[in-house]
Amino acid sequence: MDIFLQLITSGFLVGGIYALIALGFVLIYKATNIINFATGEFMMIGAYIFYSLMVYLKLSPFIGFPIVIICAALLGFLVERLILRHMLGQPNISIIMVTIGLGSILLGLAEIIWGSSFRSFPPLFPRKPIILGEIVLRSNLFYGFLMAMVVVVVFLLLFKYAKVGVAMRATANDQMAAFSMGINVKTMFTISWAFGAIAASLGGIIIGNIGGVQPTLGHIGLKIFPIVILGGLDSIIGAVLGGFIVGIVENLAGGYLDPYFHGGVKDLAPFVVLIFILLIKPHGLFGTKEIERL
Amino acid sequence: MHIGDFKETYSSDQAVFINATSRFWLGVLFAVLFLFPFVAGDYLLFMANLAGITIIGAVGLNILTGFTGLISLGHAAFIGVGGYTAAILSTRFDLPFLLCLPLSGLMAAFFGIIVGGPSLRLKGLYLCIATLAAQLILEFVFVHWESLTGGIRGMNISPPQIFGYVLDNDFKFYFVTLVMVILCVTFARNLFRTRVGRAFIAIRDRDISAELMGINLLQYKTYAFALSSFMAGISGCLWVNFLKTVTPEHFPLMESVRYLAMVIVGGMGSILGSILGAIFMTIVPELISTFLGFLVNIFPTAMSFLFPLQQVIFGLLIVIFLVFEPHGLAEIWRRIKNYFHLWPFEH
Amino acid sequence: MKILSIENISLSFGGLNVLSDVSFDVNKGEIFAIIGPNGAGKTSILNIISGFYGPEKGKVFFNGKDLSHIHADKRAALGMGRTFQNIALYHGMSVLDNIKLGAHTHLKTGLMSGLWYWGKAHKEEMELRKKIEKDIIDFLEIESIRKQPVSSLAYGLQKRVELARALAMRPKVLLMDEPVAGMNAEETEDMARFILDIKEEYNITIVLIEHDMKMIMDISDRVLVLNFGRALTHGTPKEVQKHPEVIAAYLGQKKAETMEKG
Repeated sequence: MDIFLQLITSGFLVGGIYALIALGFVLIYKATNIINFATGEFMMIGAYIFYSLMVYLKLSPFIGFPIVIICAALLGFLVERLILRHMLGQPNISIIMVTIGLGSILLGLAEIIWGSSFRSFPPLFPRKPIILGEIVLRSNLFYGFLMAMVVVVVFLLLFKYAKVGVAMRATANDQMAAFSMGINVKTMFTISWAFGAIAASLGGIIIGNIGGVQPTLGHIGLKIFPIVILGGLDSIIGAVLGGFIVGIVENLAGGYLDPYFHGGVKDLAPFVVLIFILLIKPHGLFGTKEIERL
Repeated sequence: MHIGDFKETYSSDQAVFINATSRFWLGVLFAVLFLFPFVAGDYLLFMANLAGITIIGAVGLNILTGFTGLISLGHAAFIGVGGYTAAILSTRFDLPFLLCLPLSGLMAAFFGIIVGGPSLRLKGLYLCIATLAAQLILEFVFVHWESLTGGIRGMNISPPQIFGYVLDNDFKFYFVTLVMVILCVTFARNLFRTRVGRAFIAIRDRDISAELMGINLLQYKTYAFALSSFMAGISGCLWVNFLKTVTPEHFPLMESVRYLAMVIVGGMGSILGSILGAIFMTIVPELISTFLGFLVNIFPTAMSFLFPLQQVIFGLLIVIFLVFEPHGLAEIWRRIKNYFHLWPFEH
Repeated sequence: MKILSIENISLSFGGLNVLSDVSFDVNKGEIFAIIGPNGAGKTSILNIISGFYGPEKGKVFFNGKDLSHIHADKRAALGMGRTFQNIALYHGMSVLDNIKLGAHTHLKTGLMSGLWYWGKAHKEEMELRKKIEKDIIDFLEIESIRKQPVSSLAYGLQKRVELARALAMRPKVLLMDEPVAGMNAEETEDMARFILDIKEEYNITIVLIEHDMKMIMDISDRVLVLNFGRALTHGTPKEVQKHPEVIAAYLGQKKAETMEKG
């Protein structure tokens, strides 16, 4: 029972961090209908930039975070302006491939700049583990979770109440209508990419702080897919819920099944769940089915 | 130079190589392909085999993704299924190569239908993610079902034989590869002259209206998955018999992405494009490595950038082609051909 | 002689009633027009007949056969042709291939024989080409564009190619969704002539939706008027034109009253 509670709790915390990353992904998908396969690489770049600011420039994290946010926004902005704007109206496969290509470029560049070796962050949070009854939580995970939740809440509030958030939702809902109401749809695309990149890079910093950073950190980005399929590609609340579910599922699978398979089940379990869900509900748990017209 | 377009039968109007000029060049191409191994060195022979095996895989993926519009991120896993089938059949059951070849294709097609079948209800992005899951699950099976696949260490097989004739070097294997490439390309090209191929394209362009035109979507999507994975299986079987070894690291997700990249760089919905794309994507990494080899004299550490540089250039190629030449190398080739069509009287 | 019977069809999308209790018959060999304001449910009726939407209530009979459990692609094989409001041609194919695609259900080549393209498959393709050239391409006067990719064609020609594809389906009933929408007067006239020829030369029953009243009144044998998902009336063009509710639906209540008085 202890192990079960322990697994569930830490899975929940990891899930909160996944929720943040998935949120960035869904922000982009909702506004632009683009599946961003480079989300993992955005995370990795964010983590590396933060690492460099902390280690090479010896900046305080309070200066580091804003700088990473600005860099991520800039990255999102450039990617949208330089590449994806040219892809409007292209078939899905082309758009998916262009983000895969982008991911490959970022991965290669990161390895050229920072090398392929593993690096760990200087301590950001108190080292002392958090103890709740019989459950012991790693401090980096616990504080990382809190940070992720703060960011998620800020994003949700921004999306719900701020002017730019309302405009983004309008664009996601109906591009033509938003356009005719005086919203600059193209600017909204750019802003969505910037926000998406910010969410990803902050997620990257949190993950990097827990497990260290290396170019392959971006592989975690693949987990987004079971998360968003669970939640339905176009549902923000779904993405957050999906994050928690996947975090818990993979922790349970890892804890109970990995010993029998010599590892690997943890990463695979969410995908097995995904297949089952798609078999039952072809549009995910919370996704909407569109009425097709002729 | 070729002028005019006069045909007297519908048969000649619909032939693939419609006139004497193109038939002549086709003859030249066959002659070159046949004579190539007699003049090529070891390295070129190795690369030619690799390119040929890759072409078969790329044609398969293009049928599914380029022609039918079903995105698959699991193509490498199907190639893997073919490869493992070939290795298991030849080591455990001592089946001859010529029997392993179709059986590997069939086994991969079977897996293709298993994966594709239920996913056929899924549209676009959801299908893409389902194939991603299939890729990861099959990879897991390759690694973890050790009693069958040999786990991470994989399996070694002895050189293939055809009627007692041992194909123990790249020169001999080249002819097998060549025949298989010609067969696969011809089959694919033929298919798109008939109602089956037209149905594939109709599903890609407008699946709803295709259904109202009398096309059974489920049936034809299953055909596309089966045919595509069959070719993947053939490619996998050749690959394993060529390298005489199989390990899980030959069929990662990255390899699936590489095949998609070939289809895009070559030209989606073009058989010629699959050929050009496969050759291109086989040669480019070699060129990069040769280039870095030169740089070693100036920067002794140049070789350590090989992998990341390949990553960057691979990504750049995909992005550049998609942004500037979405129809790929096949379109560039068509323009070159048109330029010479009336050469030297192009105006 | 009825070829198509629609019985008590109802359809709704998420609480919005698109069609309520619509019934009508189409006789063999006639041109049957469905008219009505935008959003009246005209296209939905065609979609139900083609099997793209399943109705919540009601049945469609084709030659006396209940189509309730017959899937869309099988209905094409039974003899139902279709053209679309927003042209639904296959842009990756030439005009000729688009037309050939229409003949899909009449061909037999399977996956295996298609791969070999030998003997039967080859012969079948050649016969198909001959038939299409003779019956369709000549008839619709599109010889000059047969090798072109459809995406390069002008709008009016695309509509004509779509008609050609529908004819290649060798339909008994041809469902046409706004065949002359967006066409100029000359193109409209051509299309009207083709529709009449199809009816007379090929003996195909035609169900069409159109906003062009002049053409409807000129060529159709009977007209059904839909308004807000209900059948207002049906009859010959003359009868329908005089029906007060039709005038009201089209011109507004007031105008209708003044016309009645005057």
